Amino acid sequence: MKYIDEFHDGAAAGALSAKIAAAAGRIGRPVRLMEVCGTHTVAVHRHGLRDLFPPGLKLVSGPGCPVCVTPADYVDSAIKAASLPGVTVVTFGDMVRVPGSRSTLVDARASGADVRVVYSPTDALEAAAGEPAREVVFLGVGFETTVPSVAGTMVEARRRGVKNFSVLGAFKQIPNTMRALISDPALAIDGFLCPAHVAAIIGSAAYSFIPAEFKRPCVVAGFEPLDILYGVLGLVTQLAEGRAEVENQYSRVVKTGGNALARRVVHEVLEPADAVWRGIGTIPVSGFRIREGWRDQDAARRFDLSVPALVENPGCRCGEVLRGSLDPPGCSLFGKGCTPERPVGPCMVSSEGSCAANYKYSRQE
Amino acid sequence: MRHIRFPTSDLRPPASERRVLLGHGSGGKLSADLVEELIVPRFSNPALDALGDSAVVAIPEGGGRLAITTDSYVVDPIFFPGGDIGDLAVNGTVNDLAMAGADPLYLTLGMVIEEGLLFSDLERVLDSVKRSADSAGVKVVAGDTKVVPRGKADKLFLNTSGVGLVPAGFVSARENIGPGDAVILSGTIGDHGVAVMSKRAGLGFATEVRSDTAALHRMAAALRRLGGALRFMRDPTRGGLAATLCEACRGRPCGVEIGETVIPIDPGVRAACDLLGLDPLHVANEGKMVAFVAPERADEALAAMRGFVEGNDAAVIGRAVETRPGMVVLLTRAGGKRIVDLPAGEILPRIC
Repeated sequence: MKYIDEFHDGAAAGALSAKIAAAAGRIGRPVRLMEVCGTHTVAVHRHGLRDLFPPGLKLVSGPGCPVCVTPADYVDSAIKAASLPGVTVVTFGDMVRVPGSRSTLVDARASGADVRVVYSPTDALEAAAGEPAREVVFLGVGFETTVPSVAGTMVEARRRGVKNFSVLGAFKQIPNTMRALISDPALAIDGFLCPAHVAAIIGSAAYSFIPAEFKRPCVVAGFEPLDILYGVLGLVTQLAEGRAEVENQYSRVVKTGGNALARRVVHEVLEPADAVWRGIGTIPVSGFRIREGWRDQDAARRFDLSVPALVENPGCRCGEVLRGSLDPPGCSLFGKGCTPERPVGPCMVSSEGSCAANYKYSRQE
Repeated sequence: MRHIRFPTSDLRPPASERRVLLGHGSGGKLSADLVEELIVPRFSNPALDALGDSAVVAIPEGGGRLAITTDSYVVDPIFFPGGDIGDLAVNGTVNDLAMAGADPLYLTLGMVIEEGLLFSDLERVLDSVKRSADSAGVKVVAGDTKVVPRGKADKLFLNTSGVGLVPAGFVSARENIGPGDAVILSGTIGDHGVAVMSKRAGLGFATEVRSDTAALHRMAAALRRLGGALRFMRDPTRGGLAATLCEACRGRPCGVEIGETVIPIDPGVRAACDLLGLDPLHVANEGKMVAFVAPERADEALAAMRGFVEGNDAAVIGRAVETRPGMVVLLTRAGGKRIVDLPAGEILPRIC
């Protein structure tokens, strides 16, 4: 593979760091930027990039970790599905350790439930096709990035006539959530480092409402260290020059119009809907639900997966962390009652969670 | 009257399809046949050939202390690029002895076989045990075979116990590590884990990466000549380099600082880790060691390691420091710093 080293170059990073400091200095006040995407959060911590920012520049983490924002009662429903006779629950790996109200899918598996981890929804479809006597429920958790592959798998299941495959949906879309965050004066976000994988699907133009309505800059950036530094430099440069635009620093992957084919597949199977974000609440038109015409593949309608409403751990402040209003170490559970080995809140579970990234790479003691 | 014709050919399946049966672990005739046919001819030595309840061996003269270790091997698949469960089981246990400063002497070999394993596969593994034991200069002096019904084990599990002799006066202990000590790594990281993952069902991907499984006792013995300047040795297996360094300094008054740019890594391993979202510092090795050495003897130690094939790519990757006691800090390629932690939970079960 080429390019790995080029995007990690220490000398280039140092030069960018100096430019960021100079531009931030010209703004003349402290700056708060938000990286929305969990993959960015992890990269920032893993490469130690916060050491390369000047003191007055704060990069806060947003809600872009799909596992983190998935409500706990969804986990309870998934556990309930896994405990039904003849049902196999198939999921991406991060979900299995997320605490529901009382337990996790890992606990359910240890008690005999059939819970399997895959890297792709097509593996779930293959599991269903290979074991027609079992019901296979795939946990459809994710943002615009993951949603097309799940929708495409549903289309494929219908085309192949695989009848024992269904999806328990908790799909999210990011733009209206960014709108909710930037509308909140308490969060005082000066600009967004935009989720780039999402942008590859919805197109960089989908963020244009942020400069248009809120007069704040946006930069779509990739995930390598130099990508992120370029992205931050773009944001502070715009702020220093009083500009507010959508800049696409990741044009090697992201096009202005995104991926129309992927969106068409999503549109065929899913429709926009309000969604509950764990710790934040319901945000209008921030998710998708499975269309009526596809109800045969909707696990929530195929099985009775209703669960009692639940109470979150009162000490857990993941909601504030997901909004960027609290740094993880500011939570009294951080590193004490809540660690990656024994997580309380979802932000400590997911490898893309802000608490986990802070704990793993940047904790102080 | 009809003639009943009996086939004249042998009714047994061809040799290539011969399989291990439950009876091979029964303690009866088939068990004895298996030992006579597969074990004794391969590993013949006086202690083993006696076929007693215990192997009775002499302790070499010259003093020293015995090192004793045991390890079980459940790797899936049993054959992978660069090795198999057989050489893994020998090298892994030899390395555990070597890291304690021992010269390995004897091994035991316990086998739990799933009914139906192909004889040809079993023989291939035993050949590999034989080859690596000979190469390491250790004798297999005792063993045991059990066969369990199909589905109650997966193909083949091995256990090897090892006995070695530590020369009088030598101590490798993490308590000896002090600020300024050089951290030397014997070669590239992550090869074994990536090689096994590449063949794992559901995860298969094409790569040229091969397991690094190798015995390290000769390199370790060469380092012992540094005496007290060699503070501590450890082989970074499960949990990878990260786990070894974290364990070396956990609860100690000093920490470890390493540099991302100086840690040797194969481009194929890095690409695979990028693809799978793994940190190569967490990926298993089976033929690498880390040595903490007094700074003034670091060049000498490095040269000694590079004198062995298994240490060709050895490099000083960092040092013990007084800042951040008990923690491992990585200077990233981009120029920042971050903590290196133990992996949380299971990265991939049955890697060794």
